[in-house]
Amino acid sequence: MPTITIREALNQAIREELARDESVFIMGEEVAAYDGAYKVTKGLLHDFGPKRVIDTPITELGFAGLGVGAAMVGLRPIVEFMTFNFSILATDQIVNSAAKMLYMSGGQFKIPIVFRGPGGSAFQVSSQHSQAMESWYAYFPGLKVVMPSTAADAKGLLKSAIRDDDPVIFIEQERMYGNKGEVPDDPDFTIPLGVADIKREGTDVTIVARSLMVPVALKAAEQLEQQGVSCEVIDPRTIRPLDIDTIVESVKKTNRVVLAEESHPICGINAEISAEIMERAFDYLDAPIKRVSGADVPMPYAKNLENLAVPDVEKIVAAVREVAYLD
Amino acid sequence: MATKVIMPKLSPTMEEGQIARWLKKEGDKVAMGEPLAEIDTDKATMEMQALANGVLRKILINEGESAPLGQLIAVIGEANEDIASLLSEAPAAAAPKQEAPAKKEEPPPPPPAQQSAPPQQAQAAAAGAGSVGNGRQAAAPPSSGRVIVSPLAARMAAESGLDLRSIQGSGPGGRIVKKDIEAAIAQPQPAPAAPQRYPRPVEPGQPAPAAAASAYRDEPASQIRQTIAKRLVTSLGPVPHFFLTTDIEMDRAAEMRKGINALDPELKISINDIIIKVTAAALIQHPEVNASYQDRFVRYYEHADIGVAVAIEDGLITPVVRAANQKSLSQIAAEVRELAERARSKKLKPEEYTGATFSISNLGMFGIDEFTAVINPPEGAILAVGAMTPKPVVRDNEIVVRQIMRVTMSCDHRVIDGATGAKFLQTFKKILENPLYLVV
Repeated sequence: MPTITIREALNQAIREELARDESVFIMGEEVAAYDGAYKVTKGLLHDFGPKRVIDTPITELGFAGLGVGAAMVGLRPIVEFMTFNFSILATDQIVNSAAKMLYMSGGQFKIPIVFRGPGGSAFQVSSQHSQAMESWYAYFPGLKVVMPSTAADAKGLLKSAIRDDDPVIFIEQERMYGNKGEVPDDPDFTIPLGVADIKREGTDVTIVARSLMVPVALKAAEQLEQQGVSCEVIDPRTIRPLDIDTIVESVKKTNRVVLAEESHPICGINAEISAEIMERAFDYLDAPIKRVSGADVPMPYAKNLENLAVPDVEKIVAAVREVAYLD
Repeated sequence: MATKVIMPKLSPTMEEGQIARWLKKEGDKVAMGEPLAEIDTDKATMEMQALANGVLRKILINEGESAPLGQLIAVIGEANEDIASLLSEAPAAAAPKQEAPAKKEEPPPPPPAQQSAPPQQAQAAAAGAGSVGNGRQAAAPPSSGRVIVSPLAARMAAESGLDLRSIQGSGPGGRIVKKDIEAAIAQPQPAPAAPQRYPRPVEPGQPAPAAAASAYRDEPASQIRQTIAKRLVTSLGPVPHFFLTTDIEMDRAAEMRKGINALDPELKISINDIIIKVTAAALIQHPEVNASYQDRFVRYYEHADIGVAVAIEDGLITPVVRAANQKSLSQIAAEVRELAERARSKKLKPEEYTGATFSISNLGMFGIDEFTAVINPPEGAILAVGAMTPKPVVRDNEIVVRQIMRVTMSCDHRVIDGATGAKFLQTFKKILENPLYLVV
C-alpha cells in the first residue's frame, strides 16, 4: 500500500468521487485556481474543469445555501470551508436547511451534501481560528459528523460521506494534513460511517480519542505500556452516529476510561460519551470516567499558553494513572 | 492525629444507638480494642471498642442519649492535641452543651494564628507535632457509615458473597476498587467481626458446620411462583399469610419426656425442646417448607435453623438453634436454655438471633389454646403452639381423654402452598404423636 499524507488521501477521495459520479462537484473559497488554501483540491480544476470545481466569493452563508439548493435538485455538492471557524457564518443553512430538509419535506428532499474543511487548533492562529466545532453540529438531528485521524480513514470516510444521502459535517485537522499513513489505492475502498476503530488493543484502561488526540493518545499508550499499563485506544471516527457499542465493550473489559479531546470540556462530545458509558456500563466501572479536554478558555495566541490549552501526552498519561489508581 | 469515635453499626437493622454507659471518662487513657462504652441497639446491649490509642478527649453523647449511625460521639487523641477542628463536625445541638464543662480540661487555647487556620491545616499541624496516626484519610478504616465502593467492585463483591464492610479500600478516600475485591477473593477470609450479610452457599455434599447459618441453594422462582407472589401480595400485604391448624395427641411425647428426664434429671427436656426437634426432622423431610421467597428466586435451606420466640422485658426476640436437625434433644435443650437466658439479659450477639429458616412461638405456658403467629421475614413459616390440655376425643368409637395440643402454622403463600404446608404438618403430627420416628 502506498504511504501518503492525509492531504493527499483527501485529494484522492474527492478526485475518485468526481470521476465516479458526475453529480459530484466541489466549491469553496480558493478551491479551484489556487488549488485550495491547504492544497487539498490540488489539480482538480485542471482535471475536472470549472463546472465541477468552483471558486466562490467570501460568502459562507451564500455558498452553503447554494449547496443545499443543488443537493435538493439531485447534485452531490462538496462544500469546503477554508476552516470550520468560518462555518459559523453558514450555520443557518447547515442547521436550519441541510439538517432539517428531509424531515420537514416529509422525505421528499434528501440532502446529499458534504461540508468539509479543517477544524480544531492550528499553530498560533489564536482564538477565532482555533476552534473545535464538532459538538455544535453533533447536537443536531439530521447531521452526521465525521472526524478522521489517519490517512486511510480520511480517504475511506470522505468517500462514504460523499456517497451518503444525508448532510455530513467532515472535520479535518489543520495540524494533521501532513501526517502520513498507508492508504489502499483501490478506488472502491471506503470505510462505513458510524463504525469506531480500535487503534490499539489493551486491557487496563480504555482511552477514547478522536482527530488530533488519536496520535497523542497512542504516544501516551506507548509510554504507559512501559509503566505496566495496557491501554486500549478507540477512535470513534464518526461522532454522530456514535459507535457506542464498541466503546462499551471495551469498557466492560478494562473497567476504566479516559476520554481525550482538544475541544472545550463544557457540553463537549466527551460529556456525551461519558453519560452513555455511565448509562450502559455503570456496573463495570471501577473508577470515575476521566475527561481530558482543551482548556476552558478562548485559544491563547502565545505559544506557551497555546501548548497548555491543548491536551498533550503528559495530561493523558496522568489521567490514565489516576483512573488506574496508580498515583 | 485525633481519631473520631462514631456511632457504629452493631446490629444488622440498627439505625441509631443509645449510650447505655461510658466505660471511660474524659481524660482516661484508652488502648485500641479496649471497651469504650456500652450501647443499646434495637436488639441488644453491645460493647463498643476503641479503634485508636490515646486519651478519651471528649464525650459528645451522654449516657442515655441517642445518636444515629455514623454520628461523632467522642474524640480520642493525644493529651495536648488541638481537637477543635474535629469537634466542629459535631452536630450543633450537641456541641455547645458539652463545651462549658469540658473547657477546664482543655489545654490552653492555641495561638490565634493557628486557631484561624482552616481545619485541614490545623490537623496537619497537629500531626506534625509528633502525634501518632496516619495522615491520609484514605488509609483510615472505613467507618460504619457509608461504604465507598466502585460500581464494579460492588457488583463483584455481591457476586462472590463478600461483605464490603470487611474490606479495606485502597482507592481515593478509602474507595473499594476492583483490586481490593480480587485480593479479598484470593485470600482466605479472616473470621468476620460482624456477621456476613449473606451466608455463603456451601458446596453440595459438604456438611455445613453446625454453628454457622444454614447453607442453601437458590433456584429461580418459576413464572407461576412469581405470579402467585405478586397476586397474593396485592391482597394481603408484603407477606401473604395463610394458616393451617391441627390437633396433636401429645400423650406419647409427654411420656417420652418423662422417661428421658427420669434417666437424668439434669437433662430438663421440655415439651418445647421435643417440638423443636420434631419440627427440624419434619423440615428436612419437607425442604419446600424450609425455604424463603427472595423476590426472583426461592431459597431452599440445607439445615433447619429454628428460631425460638422468647418473650423479653420490652418485646420478643428469636434466638436461633442452628442445624437443629443434627442436634440431640439434650443439646437442643441446653442450647435453648442458655440462649433464652442471654436473650432476657439482652446479651445475644446479632448472629444469634438472625437468619433462622423457620420459627416456633409457644404460648402454651400462658394457657393459650390456639393462636396465629406473624411470620418473621424472610422465613417461609412460623408455628404457633398452644397449651397441652386433657380433652375428650373419640378413639375406636369410644370417648377417651387425651393430652391435646393445638398448633397453627402461618405460611408465606408466596413460597408455600396449602397442600405443601398441610403435608409438612401431617409429617410433624405423625412424628410428634409417635416420637419413636425420631430414632428410626
